[in-house]
Amino acid sequence: MDNAALLAEIPRLRRYARAMLGNRAAADDLVQDTLERAWARCALWRAGSDLRAWLFSIMHNLRVDQLRRPNMPIHSFDEDACEVPTRATQNDRLEVQDLESALRRLPDEQREVLLLVALEELSYAEVADTLGIPVGTVMSRLARGRERLRLLLEDQTSGVNLRVVR
Amino acid sequence: MNKLPMTEADLQAWVDGVLPEMRAGEVEEYLAAHPAEAERLCAYQAHKQALKALFEPVLDEPVPERLRALAIPPVAVDPQKRPFLERWSLQRIAAGLLVAVVSGAAGWLGHAQYQAAERQAQVMPLPRQAAVAHVVFSPDVRRPVEVSAAQEDQLVAWLSKRLGTPVRPPKLGAIGYELIGGRLLPGNSGPVAQFMYHDASGQRLTLYVTTENTTNRDTGFRFAQEGPVNVFYWIDGKFGYALSAGIGKSELARVATAVYDQLEHK
Repeated sequence: MDNAALLAEIPRLRRYARAMLGNRAAADDLVQDTLERAWARCALWRAGSDLRAWLFSIMHNLRVDQLRRPNMPIHSFDEDACEVPTRATQNDRLEVQDLESALRRLPDEQREVLLLVALEELSYAEVADTLGIPVGTVMSRLARGRERLRLLLEDQTSGVNLRVVR
Repeated sequence: MNKLPMTEADLQAWVDGVLPEMRAGEVEEYLAAHPAEAERLCAYQAHKQALKALFEPVLDEPVPERLRALAIPPVAVDPQKRPFLERWSLQRIAAGLLVAVVSGAAGWLGHAQYQAAERQAQVMPLPRQAAVAHVVFSPDVRRPVEVSAAQEDQLVAWLSKRLGTPVRPPKLGAIGYELIGGRLLPGNSGPVAQFMYHDASGQRLTLYVTTENTTNRDTGFRFAQEGPVNVFYWIDGKFGYALSAGIGKSELARVATAVYDQLEHK
């Protein structure tokens, strides 16, 4: 594996992990695990094949492993976390929070497909390959994920009078 | 009309702009005739753009050093073992370390009185309990206490509740020791409290308070030396107090007297 090529993939791995997990520290932990596993298995990587796709599939498999584990919450000790709560700042980025929290509420398998398509712009066949599922399953998860996200966002803004302007 | 029926897969592919041109044209015809569907697909497109915009900034963040370092092949470390050790079993390592430290400290402190300790089986005498708790927690820079002195009210309320009797840290500011905070610990048969103080030089001392005394025999000050830790302890009704620090006997006696006076006159 080429160091420079691997380094170049890190930002995209981080972005996807962040979008998947919603938590910066957990996302970077996942990226770290992914890179470590990639080195451990670099003999399995065929030179010339798509490094990015390979890394994303490693990350996916790691996540599956982690989800299968009995859930032991890991809290990092953070002095700041024990401080007195401060002013709520949700309204500062209300829209962003809406989209993020709606994303959070999608089932894992739908969020995963949605993000690989939206962020990584993988083809449906590549998504199927990365996740090790048939293309038909990719399509149905994508359709369900998109519709669910739409309904969640509609719910959140139902108080606001939105109209499509033609 | 010789067209294929419109499938959901076609519509999704249209959202992602991956349909062949002809089929895309057919989708657009279909959408023109079905405004509700058009609205739905436009929403999908908008959400796709919004998601991209939302996470785009992550691409520009500097890559943390620990990740950057992993772009270079690991040397001399079995890469399969590293994540396992570093993360999944961190808590177990921490737990193991604590056990090792406690038993190490207990063994080391108990060394001199090994035979006595053996005869007394499970019950550790008060000064040794206190000294072990002192050596375990007082060197901790980051988390010496569970509740800090800044929340003294909460600390007092919590420990009093858990011990089932009012307990309050004595004020030792007048003799140069400031409260850091306190924690709850397991004693021989139930909860005990530990308060931690330090002086201007950072020298720490701990006051260990148990409510486990059942012998109903008050004592005066007693002194014990447990390894490098000096302990003054006394029993007052159901309460047992032990003051531990790595400081000289006379200095510790001065503090113990102050503590005793405050507890007597509360």
